[in-house]
Amino acid sequence: MSMITADPQDVPKVEHFAFTPENLEKAKALMANYPPGRQASAVIGVLDVAQRQHGWLPRAAMDEAAKLLDMAPIRVYEIATFYTMFQLKPKGRYLLQVCTTTPCWLRGSDAIMKACEEAVDGKTFSLQEVECLGACVNAPVVQINDDFYEDLDADSMKKVLDAFRRGETPKPGPQVDRQTSAPVGGPTTLKSE
Amino acid sequence: MPKVKINGEELEVPAGITVLQACELAGLEIPRFCYHERLSIAGNCRMCLVEVKPGPPKPQASCALPVGDKQEIFTNTPMVQKARNGVMEFLLINHPLDCPICDQGGECDLQDQAMAYGFDRSRYHENKRAVPDKELGPIVKTSMNRCIHCTRCIRFATEVAGIEELGATGRGESMEVTTYVRHTLQSELSGCIVDLCPVGALTSKPYAFEARSWELGKTESVDVMDAQGCNIRVDTRGAVVMRVLPRLNDDINEEWISDKTRHAVDGLRFQRLDRPYVRKQGKLAEATWAEAFAAIAAKLGNLEGGKVAAIAGDQCDAESMLALKDLMDALGSPNIDCRQDGAKLDGPRGSYIFNAGIRGIDQADAILLVGSNPRWEAPVLNARIRKRYLHGPCPIGSIGPAVDLTYPVERLGAGPASLRELVDGKLSFFEKLKAAKHPLVIVGMGAVARPDGAAVLAMARELVEKLSAVREDWNGFAVLHTAAARVGGLDLGLVPGEGGRDVEGILAGCEKGEISAVYLLAADEIDTKRLGKAFVIYQGHHGDAGAHRADVILPGAAYTEKNGTYVNTEGRVQQGFRASYPPGEAREDWAILRALSDRLGKRLPYDTLDQVRSRLVVVNRSFGAINEQQPGSWGPFGQGGSASDSPFVSPITNFFMTCPISRASRTMAECTASRGQAMAAE
Amino acid sequence: MLADKDRIFTNLYGIHDWRLSAARARGAWDNTKAILERGQDAIIDEMKKSGLRGRGGAGFPTGLKWSFMPKEVKDRPHYLVVNADESEPGTCKDRDIMRHDPHLLVEGCLVAGFAMRAHAGYIYVRGEFYNEAETLIAAIKEAYEAGLLGKNACGSGWHFDLYVHRGAGAYICGEETALLESLEGKKGMPRLKPPFPAGSGLYGCPSTVNNVESIAVAPTILRRGAPWFGGIGRPNNTGTKLFCISGHVNKPCNVEEEMGIPLRELIDRHAGGVRGGWDNLLAVIPGGASVPLLPKSICDTVLMDFDSLRDQKSGLGTAAVIVMDKSTDVIKAIARLSQFYKHESCGQCTPCREGTGWMWRVMERMVLGDARIEEIDALEDVTKQVEGHTICALGDAAAWPIQGLIRHFRPEMEARIRARTQKLAAE
Repeated sequence: MSMITADPQDVPKVEHFAFTPENLEKAKALMANYPPGRQASAVIGVLDVAQRQHGWLPRAAMDEAAKLLDMAPIRVYEIATFYTMFQLKPKGRYLLQVCTTTPCWLRGSDAIMKACEEAVDGKTFSLQEVECLGACVNAPVVQINDDFYEDLDADSMKKVLDAFRRGETPKPGPQVDRQTSAPVGGPTTLKSE
Repeated sequence: MPKVKINGEELEVPAGITVLQACELAGLEIPRFCYHERLSIAGNCRMCLVEVKPGPPKPQASCALPVGDKQEIFTNTPMVQKARNGVMEFLLINHPLDCPICDQGGECDLQDQAMAYGFDRSRYHENKRAVPDKELGPIVKTSMNRCIHCTRCIRFATEVAGIEELGATGRGESMEVTTYVRHTLQSELSGCIVDLCPVGALTSKPYAFEARSWELGKTESVDVMDAQGCNIRVDTRGAVVMRVLPRLNDDINEEWISDKTRHAVDGLRFQRLDRPYVRKQGKLAEATWAEAFAAIAAKLGNLEGGKVAAIAGDQCDAESMLALKDLMDALGSPNIDCRQDGAKLDGPRGSYIFNAGIRGIDQADAILLVGSNPRWEAPVLNARIRKRYLHGPCPIGSIGPAVDLTYPVERLGAGPASLRELVDGKLSFFEKLKAAKHPLVIVGMGAVARPDGAAVLAMARELVEKLSAVREDWNGFAVLHTAAARVGGLDLGLVPGEGGRDVEGILAGCEKGEISAVYLLAADEIDTKRLGKAFVIYQGHHGDAGAHRADVILPGAAYTEKNGTYVNTEGRVQQGFRASYPPGEAREDWAILRALSDRLGKRLPYDTLDQVRSRLVVVNRSFGAINEQQPGSWGPFGQGGSASDSPFVSPITNFFMTCPISRASRTMAECTASRGQAMAAE
Repeated sequence: MLADKDRIFTNLYGIHDWRLSAARARGAWDNTKAILERGQDAIIDEMKKSGLRGRGGAGFPTGLKWSFMPKEVKDRPHYLVVNADESEPGTCKDRDIMRHDPHLLVEGCLVAGFAMRAHAGYIYVRGEFYNEAETLIAAIKEAYEAGLLGKNACGSGWHFDLYVHRGAGAYICGEETALLESLEGKKGMPRLKPPFPAGSGLYGCPSTVNNVESIAVAPTILRRGAPWFGGIGRPNNTGTKLFCISGHVNKPCNVEEEMGIPLRELIDRHAGGVRGGWDNLLAVIPGGASVPLLPKSICDTVLMDFDSLRDQKSGLGTAAVIVMDKSTDVIKAIARLSQFYKHESCGQCTPCREGTGWMWRVMERMVLGDARIEEIDALEDVTKQVEGHTICALGDAAAWPIQGLIRHFRPEMEARIRARTQKLAAE
């Protein structure tokens, strides 16, 4: 929930950032998705590539993106501080993005939040309270890096975290016996096929 | 033309304008914060809401809504009043309401509009937002708690000034106007964001806590920091100039002025010459006017005219230059010059003015800069070129210094050789100029203030004639001066007479002992070491280079301290009014020369300012048309011959310090310090 | 209940493979060329006749929207933009389309793009849907490889390119003009209208922004005919619709149902009923966080479509049904939504930037009862000062849930304030 809007002073100083050759290719491929002269359209994508490379988004990376995209740096800073998925501070290996918006809250996100808060150590796990993740019929939901963990309760949350701690990647999706967004116990429709 | 009904009254308005503008035509004032005539439309403050039929059943932002035929507009319905009251309340909930300690107090849009739309108490019982202040350099002070996020400053920086450095980071109520990275704004126009800020978030740092707006005397004047002739208002308290603000003039500066125009005036408080001095045993000693005049009379009385010379400075008013010229004529001296930089300009009027006019920039469809860095030589004019660039296709080329002008420029070369190639049609840019209906060739002092300036000038003339850029309906030959006094001086003939010497000749003469006495009328931009053993009379307002070398100092008045006439680079005659009296025993300059002439037995034929001004018109009729640009006559000028290979160099090396006033200014010193490195890099 | 044969999203739950061959077996990409051969006007006409109303929340007729695009391409190219920035609390239907039936969407993009004379389409997927975006990208790749997209798409002679654009966490980008700004590489701040996207949208070119579901149903509508789609549901509220049922139900789920299905039937039949039985129902937010909630008394009988819910001063929105049983602190539930809007306000215009924070803070005090009774009126007044005064609809969306709460649960709010006052007095 905390939103960093000013250039954070309390982050490690990163003097230099350069895209790896593969990531530069990725960034250029993204830029090619837009008409000539509209490469700025790729700014979110290019910053995402930078963040995936570095783990978080230091200002040096924003400046590098600005150069690549031929944008004024301030325009890139605006983007990086506007969209919540950009991490302007270092974070742990796993970013626990706990949804606490009403549909998740109704189904017990408070307990999930508590379980995650207890796990946060800044190295393995970092925590971010996020707004609706768009998986409400599988609430409560936690996004861990790119994957959604759904239908959680305190116990299953702890199990998921323990698995990560052991270096495993638990299976994403519903943590109860359930086919994606279908009702527990099996679909009420689409049974004729 | 669409017909609209505004509050029931029918009105025909021009097509394409906004509802807000239509309301203004109807004489209705629409409250606004984010909307500004010269910036793009943001529509974010929501203060200008009006009711419009046909339309959705909710109020509309009038600043962004185009007028349509048969539209009914209401500005006084309960819906509108409620909407505006609501917006005002929202603006105030997080505003600190610290008007008593806010420099904007008394001239604050928020304060004013709160009188009309605000409640007398707050319903907001939560904590107010706290926003860290930002560091934007020596000109702009920030108090970001007061910011209402109208984004005028961001739009000005991005659009007008052409520096994409300000932005709004974060979002929602955490949105902050910032540079994100702490640094001085890299603009020569940064002070304008203080004017634009409708609240006290951005205020003038040098003026912080100095005065209240209602305590100030306000005098209309003309800027002399460059040759653009920007219209200014000089605000004084007692004898002290507290600040300078722009006046609106669409022909010249719209409503912008440079940071130097705005903030060099603290230099008026320092290094002032407030009494006459006479050099005795090598040291300058205080003297009375009579003693000073006596010393001059003693020297000049015995000299033949050819041994006397005069140089007029870059910020002189036309009246004092006329008096100087008349005095030199009376003394029989042809050695007079107003071109301290040695610019080779003395042809017909069309050869030394910005013929197209500053408004002509808007019309130009291809622009060539020759030996000019307009960003430093005339920042407001440079912004106008940028505006032209933003307005639509207009190729801009430059032969001269490689600098960031805030708009893309095709660099064609560095010096006269490239100009030659262009004139000969060897560069593709020639075709672009040729294809243009209104090609504009801007010739800077970097091109003509050099020994081969006349040859460069001839090439520039050849170019515009080849382009057919000088014709009945358009004159694309445009000289961009750097000295506020220059065109006036040339109009008055302050160039060497028959057999006379120019500045270079005068200085060479001094070195050789052929010139025995030199009259420096506020002339500080020459190499004073070359004055040799000549007897130097310095008349001016600052203890700058000229005064240091002087044998007699006559204390004159700075531009804010006299009623003066100035002719800007376009050849437009303008008058500035006295905002305060010169310090101590200093006097208005034409009057000093008039008094001296009397003492020298060469009494000049005028006793009042009106009489001087009548004579100005006699000498040059253009002085009769105040505020108008008089077309310049066209004829042969420049001189054939070869030009050297040396590149064109802009005469300005430090934008912030170009004259005695700005050199004495502490604010300009701070600007120099904080932007010195950046400017060197450019 | 809608018959399975009338369901469009036959792999809604991902029981089957999403890939091209499986999607084809389910009917996707079936003779798309023939659809395109009908021509743009015929396609738009058919869409109009089907009565399809936009599935993104506002319910604007889709065919009519398409018809706003210029009839010929002049100097500026046309763009189709698909809004897959699904972020409305309660809503998770587009996610299922993208991950389980992406070819319905991809085919819909071609058809819609063709109908609006666009040669390029962008699908703006919310950043958090990383895996969904990857699936969609893979599906697009399959379609290119099969000659369904690109030059001569489906052998129609029409050139159509389709791209996925990922966002990075901003609800406001679901607003169509904010989405366009974001797509252009700027902050997602809504634009002033006019101009409307059909005149000047992406890169200043004619553009149409449609919701994922609206686009994904188009090919099936065109294949089976407007009368089929128009015959489902009620007049002016036709067709099938994906419903997301979340909150206090026994079996939360997504389901495709007929428009106009009674709310109670929807919940009982598909979501296993309200936790603790229907009588344990407190309230329902019927169309995503932005619409006012309905108390049980209305839920008993209300039909789930645009007009029925509008008549109850709520709305169908995204058809995201958030169910709250009697254990719910309904004030807190709405306060959490206020926090959501405060967090997601872009900050551009005054009423929303300042108002969402104000409303949230007051709501937090209402949760505790830390307020005076009159402040309920003041709060309602503030919501009215936001509503209708902002650049985009987020201001309205922030105001409505609170208005709904005050309309239906004012006694609870007052009781809480009184309880706290009494408790403090007692101490």
